Amino acid sequence: MNRIGGRFTGTQRVLHWGMAVGILAMLFIGVGMVSTVTTSYLALVSIHKPLGVAILVLVVLRIAVRLRSGTPPLPVDLPAPVKLGATLSHYVLYLLMIAMPLLGWGMLSAAAYPIELFPGVFLPAILPQSDSLHTLLWNLHRALAFVFFAVILLHIAAGLFHALVRRDGVFQSMAGGSIPDEPSVSTAAE
Amino acid sequence: MPRPTSSSTLGSLVLIAVVIGGSGASFAYTAGWLSPDQLTPTRLVAALAPPSGPVAGHRRNHAKGICFTGSFEANGAGLALSKAQVFQKGSYPVIGRFNLGVPDPMAVDGAARVRGIGVQIATPDGQEWRMAMINPPFFPVASPQAFYALLVASGKKDDPNAMKNFAAVHPEIGAFGAWAGSAPFTESYAEERFNSLDSFTFTDGLGADHVVRWSLVPAAQAVSVSKDDLAKRSNDFLEQEITQRVAAGPQRWTMTVTVAEQGDPTADPSKAWPDGRRTVDVGTLVASKIVAEPDGPCREINYDPTVLPSGIHTSDDPFPSARSAAYAVSYDRRTAEAAAYPTHGGAPQ
Ligand code: HEM
Ligand code: HEM
Repeated sequence: MNRIGGRFTGTQRVLHWGMAVGILAMLFIGVGMVSTVTTSYLALVSIHKPLGVAILVLVVLRIAVRLRSGTPPLPVDLPAPVKLGATLSHYVLYLLMIAMPLLGWGMLSAAAYPIELFPGVFLPAILPQSDSLHTLLWNLHRALAFVFFAVILLHIAAGLFHALVRRDGVFQSMAGGSIPDEPSVSTAAE
Repeated sequence: MPRPTSSSTLGSLVLIAVVIGGSGASFAYTAGWLSPDQLTPTRLVAALAPPSGPVAGHRRNHAKGICFTGSFEANGAGLALSKAQVFQKGSYPVIGRFNLGVPDPMAVDGAARVRGIGVQIATPDGQEWRMAMINPPFFPVASPQAFYALLVASGKKDDPNAMKNFAAVHPEIGAFGAWAGSAPFTESYAEERFNSLDSFTFTDGLGADHVVRWSLVPAAQAVSVSKDDLAKRSNDFLEQEITQRVAAGPQRWTMTVTVAEQGDPTADPSKAWPDGRRTVDVGTLVASKIVAEPDGPCREINYDPTVLPSGIHTSDDPFPSARSAAYAVSYDRRTAEAAAYPTHGGAPQ
């Protein structure tokens, strides 16, 4: 049977969609800002830093909520390798949500830049100035940003596949909307 | 296992492919990968490189320099313009760098027309003010795009018309040419007047904004040196001279802030503001110790002019944003190449 039981809690869904918008924005702002010399460079950088830190705070909250509320089970008929892929890709996403802001914070610390989040509000340095650390963290921040985007695309493709092709309720468990409880019926109707 | 009909599956798969492909394409567009003509920080920095290519481990411009430490002695008068703590009467530590406006760290001191200074002032509130200033009274061009075009044109050594064509489109370069041809050379960094050229906005304690530029006016009397005489000096005479001079006694510059009036060209550093503008002397920069760059405290500082304390922010001048973006690229590159520029004390950390 296709139908899966349960949904993510309201808190989890709000966190998921809010952070989804935030993270996609961060990725676009990131690649956009490093490719311009216009005044939008400074404007984008001044959004990138506080939004990135907000994501770090939210992901901590989100993991705590997930540990408490758990997740609805995946459909039983989903092949085991696909289930494993889903689980692993979700861990990778959480890891990147934690790693990206820490790398950004760390690399600015290692470059001895003051890290201004809002006018007059600064983050403390978490590392001493170091050329080698700066280079390592900067390369990671850049490389993992592309990995992040790729995994997110995969995640969106999978979500849409559940919604449009499998119609097994996995998409609705996060999106809301009625869970198609008898997919065979809707299939037959087409 | 029941599945939707194949035609609706196909439609769904196409839809998914369009969503994913569209996302990827808009990402590539945002990253500038689809716009080869867009002026990116990377292209701007690449254009600075000498014909032999950039020198690994060094700043991509103003590559030759020497560190100093000292202080900024604020007299309190600056509070009339900005609430930044750096203007409260007091003494604040400085890490600075005297430098030549060339991309070659082995440049001959006497040959460089533009001399510069990087200054970082730290205040007890944990904030910093970084600035990078030069000795011409105005910048050669009016916009970062024009600066890029200038670098490209001056790089075309085999095209005699390249600079002529550039000057036809950017006549402001003429004033700089006149300055470069006629301004006397001094014999010391301590005798140079350094100018911010770019404008910034100071916000005072009442919340009022003042668009300003500032200069460091030397206490030392300028002694000019003829071109012939310059040619006879050693390659590093400026560095040797400032080392000896500061060892003999601290060197000073008065920081003078000039306030723009309505209609002044605040967005164009190639245009000086008219005489008679209000100026406020806000304090004194003191250089009290010289340290060679390889082991010096200025080496790892990016004198990004947008690192500003609360009470100072960028104005409508388009340069600071472009400079911040370009200096970051330069910093990323040179720190990644640190092994190519060893410290005297051993390998860099
Ligand atoms: C979810 C969190 C984050 C994401 C997805 C993200 C993504 C990105 C991306 C895509 C880039 C452009 C990389 C390139 O093409 O070179 C970038 C650059 C950058 N990020 Fe982030 N970032 C995050 C968090 C942060 C945080 C928290 C900070 C600082 C506090 C930060 C600071 C920077 C800086 C300074 C750059 C420019 C690096 C340079 O080229 O010098 N990032 N980021
Ligand atoms: C779009 C125009 C400009 C570009 C692309 C540019 C580029 C650069 C680069 C790449 C560096 C090396 C940064 C580092 O690795 O730390 C540098 C340093 C410097 N620039 Fe500019 N610059 C521009 C405009 C200006 C202007 C308007 C001034 C002066 C008013 C200036 C003064 C300096 C000085 C004094 C330094 C040396 C700072 C130090 O000691 O580290 N530059 N510039």
